[in-house]
Amino acid sequence: MNSGAKRFLLAAILVAAVLSYFSASFNRYYLGVLIDIGINIILAVSLNLINGHTGQFSLGHAGFMAVGAYTAAKISIVFSALVPPQFTPVIFTLALLVGGLLAAIAGLAVGVPTLRLRGDYLAIVTLGFGEIIRVVLQNMESVGAASGLKNIPHETNLFWAWMFAAVTVFVITAIVNSTYGRGFIAVHDDEIAASSVGINPVRYKVTAFVFGAFFAGIAGGLYAHHKQFLSPTGFDFIKSIDIVMMVILGGMGRTAGVIIAAILLTLLPEFLRGFAEYRMILYSLLIIVLMIVRPQGLFSFGKRAAAK
Amino acid sequence: MNSLLQLENVTIRFGGLTAVSAVDLQIGPSELVGLIGPNSAGKTTLFNLITGVYQPTDGNISFAGAPTAKLKAHQLARLGIARTFQNIRLFASLSVFDNVRAATQLHRARGIRDALLRGKSFRRGEEQNAAHVMELLEIFHLGKFRDEPAKSLSYGDQRRLEIVRALATKPKLLLLDEPAAGMNSTEKIELTRLIRFIKEKFQISILLVEHDMPLVMEICERIAVLDYGIKIAEGKPGEVRKNPKVIAAYLGEETVT
Repeated sequence: MNSGAKRFLLAAILVAAVLSYFSASFNRYYLGVLIDIGINIILAVSLNLINGHTGQFSLGHAGFMAVGAYTAAKISIVFSALVPPQFTPVIFTLALLVGGLLAAIAGLAVGVPTLRLRGDYLAIVTLGFGEIIRVVLQNMESVGAASGLKNIPHETNLFWAWMFAAVTVFVITAIVNSTYGRGFIAVHDDEIAASSVGINPVRYKVTAFVFGAFFAGIAGGLYAHHKQFLSPTGFDFIKSIDIVMMVILGGMGRTAGVIIAAILLTLLPEFLRGFAEYRMILYSLLIIVLMIVRPQGLFSFGKRAAAK
Repeated sequence: MNSLLQLENVTIRFGGLTAVSAVDLQIGPSELVGLIGPNSAGKTTLFNLITGVYQPTDGNISFAGAPTAKLKAHQLARLGIARTFQNIRLFASLSVFDNVRAATQLHRARGIRDALLRGKSFRRGEEQNAAHVMELLEIFHLGKFRDEPAKSLSYGDQRRLEIVRALATKPKLLLLDEPAAGMNSTEKIELTRLIRFIKEKFQISILLVEHDMPLVMEICERIAVLDYGIKIAEGKPGEVRKNPKVIAAYLGEETVT
C-alpha cells in the first residue's frame, strides 16, 4: 500500500502532463469541463476529510475556496504586471500556495473556537463563516466588490488542475490510512471511546479543518486562474452544498466514491444543458432519486476496512 | 502505601444531587480491586471521575504520584489509564484490526509529515505496529476476524475486542465497567479466566466494576462497596460478604427514618 500510493501519485501526474501536452488539439469546451472536474475532485476529496472521515458537518467549504481564490487572483494580478512574462508560472505557483495557506489559517480560525460544537450547530457556524466571507468580498473595493474581480491571468491548464487533484488524493489517503490517520475515523465513530485510547478529538478535528481548508484554497486559486473572473456570488452557500452533495453521493469517507461523484456531478449539469430552463429542476430531481435509492452513497459497497 | 491510583475525599455534585460523596480509594501496582454496589450507587460516575470524563467538585485524584483531577480523558490515557465501557463503544466503521491500531497511535504513530513522506522508517514502523496489533489480537483469539467490521462480531467478542483495544494503549491501570453485563454463565467463566490472564500476562492493576457478585468475589483481592455515592465498606472478599451494611444495601432493608 505504501509505495503503491507514491506510484499512484507519480502515474496520475504523468497522465495529467501527457494529456495536457496534447490539450491544444482538444475542443475548448471539453477542456474546460475536464479542468472543472479536476478542481471539483480537489474540493470534494478535501471536504471528505472533514465531513466524511472525521464526521464533522461543515458547510463552509465555499468560504475556504473563496479565500484561496481571491488571494491567489490578487497576487497574480498585482505581481504579473511587475515581472517579465516568463516568470508568471512561478508567480502562479506561489499565488496558489499562499491562497491555500491563507485558507488553512481561516480553517484554523474557524476550527479552534467552534469545534466544541457538534452536528447541526457546527453546520450553522460554518455556514455563517462562508456567508461572512462572501459579504466581506462583496464590499471589498480592492477585489472588485460586487462587480467581481476581472482580468485574472489564464494560468490553470489541465496539468495544473489534475496534478493538484492527484496531490490532494494522495495526501489525504496517505494521512487517513496511516496509524495516525485512523484517529480521524475513531473520532468520527465515537469521540468518547477515541479519547479513552489517547486520541485528542479537538486536535484531530482542527487538523482536518486545516488540511481540508488548505486544499479548498488551492482549488479556489485554480478556479480563479481558469475562469479569469471571480464574483462573490459564486461562493455562496449553494456552492458549499454542491460540494457536500459530492461527498454524500460518493459515500462519506470513501475517497474513490467521492472522486466518481465529483466527476458525475460536474458532468451531469453539462449533459442537461439540452433541457435548457428545466436543467436545474432535473438536476435536483436526479439528486433526490439518488438519495432515496442509495442513501449510503452511490459508490459505497461493503465494509470500510481501509478508507481507500 | 505505594499506590498507583489514589482518590482522596472525591466528591461530585450534579446540581443538587451528590452522585459520589467523599470517597477514598487506593489501588496498588498489579492489584485487582472490585467496585460493587446496587444500581445508581455511583460506580460508573466514580469510573468517569477516574478517567477524566467528569472533573470532581471536591477532593483529589492522583495517578502514579501526579494529580490528575484536571486532566482530560485523552491525557489520562497517555499516562496509562485505559478503560472499557458499560455499553460497548467500539469504532463501528473500522475493522477489528483498525480498532486496535487506532489505539496504538499514542505510542507508535508517526505524525502527518512521516505519513506523507512514506520513508523507509515510516513503513518499517507501520509494519512493526501492524505486527504488534496482530500479536495482541492473536493472544485474545481475535486474529481470524482481523478484517471484519468490529460491529459484526458476537457480543462476547466485542467485549474482548474492547479490552484488547484498551490494552493496546499499554496501560498501567485497566478499568473494566461491568464486563460481565449481558453474558451467560459460560461466558462469565471465560471472562473470569480472561481477567486473571490479563493481570498476569501484562502485570497491570485492574479496577473492576461489576454487578455479578460471584464473579467479583472470586477474582478480586480487595473490594470496595458503594451505596448512594458513599463508600460503605472495603476489604477482602470474605470480610465484605459478611458486612451487615453490605448485606442491607444489597438485599434491601426496611428502615424507618
